[in-house]
Parts: sequence; C-alpha cells; structure tokens
Amino acid sequence: MSALGAVLPLAQVDTGDTAWMLTSTALVLLMTIGLGLFYAGLVRAKSTLNTFMMCVSAMAIGGVTWALLGYSLAFDGEAALLGGLDHVALNGVGFEPREGGTIPALVFMAFQGTFCIITVALVSGAVVERMRFGAWMVFAALWSVLVYAVLAHWAFGGGWLAGQGLLDFAGGVPVEMGSGFAALAAALVVGQRKDYGRQALLPHNAVYVLLGAGLLWFGWFGFNGGSGLSAGNSSVLAFVNTMLTPACALLTWFALDLIRGRRVTAIGAATAIIVGCVLITPAGGFVSPGWAMALGFLGALPCYAVIVWRPRTRVDETLDVLAAHGIAGFTGILFLGLVAQIGWNGVADGLLYGDAGQFWSQALGAAVAPAYAFIATFALLKLVGAIMPLRASEHEEAVGMDVVYHGEEAYASGEGAILVQPESDHERLVAEPS
Amino acid sequence: MDEEGENVKLVIGIVRPEKANDVLEALYRAEVRGVSISRVEGHGGELERVETYRGTTVKMGLSDKARFEVAVSESFVQPTIEALCDGARTGEVGDGKIFVVPLEQAVRIRTGESDEAAVTPVAHR
Repeated sequence: MSALGAVLPLAQVDTGDTAWMLTSTALVLLMTIGLGLFYAGLVRAKSTLNTFMMCVSAMAIGGVTWALLGYSLAFDGEAALLGGLDHVALNGVGFEPREGGTIPALVFMAFQGTFCIITVALVSGAVVERMRFGAWMVFAALWSVLVYAVLAHWAFGGGWLAGQGLLDFAGGVPVEMGSGFAALAAALVVGQRKDYGRQALLPHNAVYVLLGAGLLWFGWFGFNGGSGLSAGNSSVLAFVNTMLTPACALLTWFALDLIRGRRVTAIGAATAIIVGCVLITPAGGFVSPGWAMALGFLGALPCYAVIVWRPRTRVDETLDVLAAHGIAGFTGILFLGLVAQIGWNGVADGLLYGDAGQFWSQALGAAVAPAYAFIATFALLKLVGAIMPLRASEHEEAVGMDVVYHGEEAYASGEGAILVQPESDHERLVAEPS
Repeated sequence: MDEEGENVKLVIGIVRPEKANDVLEALYRAEVRGVSISRVEGHGGELERVETYRGTTVKMGLSDKARFEVAVSESFVQPTIEALCDGARTGEVGDGKIFVVPLEQAVRIRTGESDEAAVTPVAHR
C-alpha cells in the first residue's frame, strides 16, 4: 500500500494505481489457463481435457465462493483467526478504497479472487488422471473457503501470522505452501494412479508444458507486481525481481540437469520457471535484485532434490506441486527473513541486516502454513470421501478421464464418427412428408 | 520347404490399447519374443460411445485398438494365444479378437535364415 493513502485525510482512489491493479488482475487470471496448459501437457493424452478442466473449474468455483464467502472471511476485519461476515456476497464492497488503500475495494476483491482461483487450480496437480470430476468440484469449493481463505486471512488479512510480523509479499503462505502441502495430503488420500510405479507415465506434450510455463511467468508479473497494491516502489521491485529470479533458477536447473543426465531438459526448464517464480513470490517487494538473483540460484536446489526424490516414493503426487510450490514457497519465505533490507522495502530488515526477530517470524509462518494446509486438506478430503467416491473406477482410469467425464477427446480424429441428428431436425424430417 | 513353412504361424491379436502393456508383460512371461504393435481403429460390435462437441453430437463407430503381430513356430502358438487372452481380457464387450494364420515364408533379413530359424530368437539357440 503506497504511502500516499496514509498521508491523505480521506481514503482516495489513485487512478494510476487502479489502472495497474486492473491490469494485474487480468494477468493473474490468465495464469490459471497457463497452468491448465502446463498441467495438460504433463499428463497422458487421454486425460488432457480433464486436467485442463480441473483448472477451468477452479475459475468457476473459486470465483463464486470468493465473492460469496471467501473474501469476507479473509479480509473483513483483523481478528486473529478468521475475518467476519460483513462482506458476505460482496456486501459493502464498492468504489471506496479499503483503509489505507488507494484502489477501489472492488478491484482489491477481484485481484485477491484471482489468487484464490489459481491456488485451487494448483492443488489439482496432485490428483489428475484418477479423481472424479464431481468430487473434485465439491472438494474445490470447500477447500477455497476452509483452507485458502483462512490462510489468506492469516497472512494478508491482518490475521495472527501477519500480526506477529510475518512478511509475505505475494502469497508464500496461502498460495504456495497452501497449495503445495495440500497437494501432498490430497495425493495421500486419493491414492496413486493404478499404473503408477508399474508403467512409465510420461508427459504427452512438452510444448504445452513450455508454453504453459511461459504464460505463468507472464501472468506472474501481475501476481507479484500487483501485490504492492499500487504502482509504487514495492511493486516495481517485485516486478523486476520476477524477471530475475526465474532466470537464475533456470541456470541452476540447466546445471543440475547436465550433472545428473548430461542433457538440459525442456520439461526441466519449464519446471525451473515455475520454481523461480514461486521462490520470489513471498520475497518480491522485500529483497534487493541482487538477493533475488541469489534466491533463484540457491533456492532451486532443494526443489530439484524433491522433484528427483518424489517419483521414487509410493506417493503419486502427480505433477509435483509439493516440490515446485510447497518447497519453493517455504524456501522463499525463509530466505526473505535472512536478506530483507529496509533500504529496499521500507518495512523490515532480515537476519543478515541485524533483525533476527524477522527471521523467526518467517520461520513460524513456514511451520504453520504447511501444517494447517496438510491437516485441513487431509480431513476435508476424508470428509468428502465419506459422502461420495473420490476416484474413478479402474476401467474408467484405463479408458481415460476425457471420454469418461467430458464425452470429448483432446485429439479426436473424427474417423468413424456417425453424426447424430439433433432431435428438432429429426422431427422436422419426419413431420414434413405428411 | 513347403512343410517347414507350415510350421510357422502369424498370431494377430487385436486388443484394448489400455491393455497393451499387460499383454506385453504376459508375452514376456510366456517367453515369446519378437512382436510388432500398431495402433488401429475398428469396430467389433461394442456399444458406441457418444461424444458432444458444442452442438454436434456424434456416435464414435470406431474404437482405438492395439494390434499385435507375433510370428511364432507351431509350439509357441498356444502359449502366445494364452498370453494375449490373459493380458487383454477384462470381461467386458470390446476385449478384442485373436486370429491365427499360416505363414508362407518368414525370413530373417540379417542372416537370410528362413521359417522356424527366422522366428526363433537368437538367445534361444
């Protein structure tokens, strides 16, 4: 929030800030389609559409639950655990800025809503190719309120983590650790794909994966660059760091790929882009560009290690949301506690610049967010699983999710397809001769 | 020469694509080596799947199948058939068919060997 809003006696809208926040909101919404493409390329051809549709359904579900309930629980008041109900169904959310803000509350609500949407979509990566579409949508609706909105309140909405000094620029807690550790719980409850560990389950289109990663990176300029809620210095810093950190993470990934397999891989590169963007998400507006680069080079290491290790386990956390988001978010939020500089952010110093307390605030966030996301998601899925089956049958899994749940194929040839005449035409044809 | 030729058969198995890996495993366990697979589309009396693309509804008259071709000597015909059945069967309509046809001649290109020698894997001699 820019200093301007605090100085003026009455909350006043800044049109420059508003213009950038409107743009950022659209950029973040595009990320969910980018993520759909990224995920769709990573699965087998027969589940392409279903995987993409899980992300599209997050736009529908997250958009609605956020407006109806999630926004109020996250951003109404500064109670320690949960916001109030005064903004339910967007009550009282209008053109007036929130306290201390310079953009209309409506824009703020929409911007934060796109965060809720992408976070819900991220979790789907853990359960693709076997979860029932209906069960997914029920779970997504509950999760967007009971997990995302709660974590958003704690980190962004003046809840207890923010209250004890946690710095989280663009969502290391609710978005990245929230989705990453929820993904681990979801993979454990839903269980592995029937062929996992028996057959090689390979990505079916690496070009989708790269293009999706590119769209995500593009959208992330709004995600991080908009999280200053203005067009001011913190947004500028976060925007620039969003260019630098993924570039450095890419170089580290290339080097690790070379050491491990003597070749630089394309899907590895796409993953590195995501990891870099996630690493800088919590730290974006708080650390210098130099430290942002260091974060990219160093922070990629633990994520790479988890990506290599996870497929050797029995846990089919299919698209490695834990490694790319959970671990990267964890790393970013701790790193920021080390290297934040008041000269760059005007808010706080990290451990290396003399404030050890800031590091412990960060460490608390890094402990609490994964624990809550994991436990709440585990319990929630057990509950949904008690009401309806979570998984497709083995036969349906073999046929593929696209045909089973959507009645469409991503790569339909049209050969052998017999046109079914629409009923109205059919009736007319039958009726006309008489 | 003619009599030798009759000892070599071509076993053609048309199975569900999602069972192709199971069939490969079963063939491997039956020690049948040397197999070709192709993706084919066909119709075998199963229920037609209905798909909808915007306003257009279609019945998919052809289903994807995997076609196995295995050239074997007489003594391997039965094990090959059993492996195909074991690997491909689900019990639902659409599991596929197996056809066994006599081979006029089989030649291993590398050595010029023909018939039984041509379809017997190198490791078995």
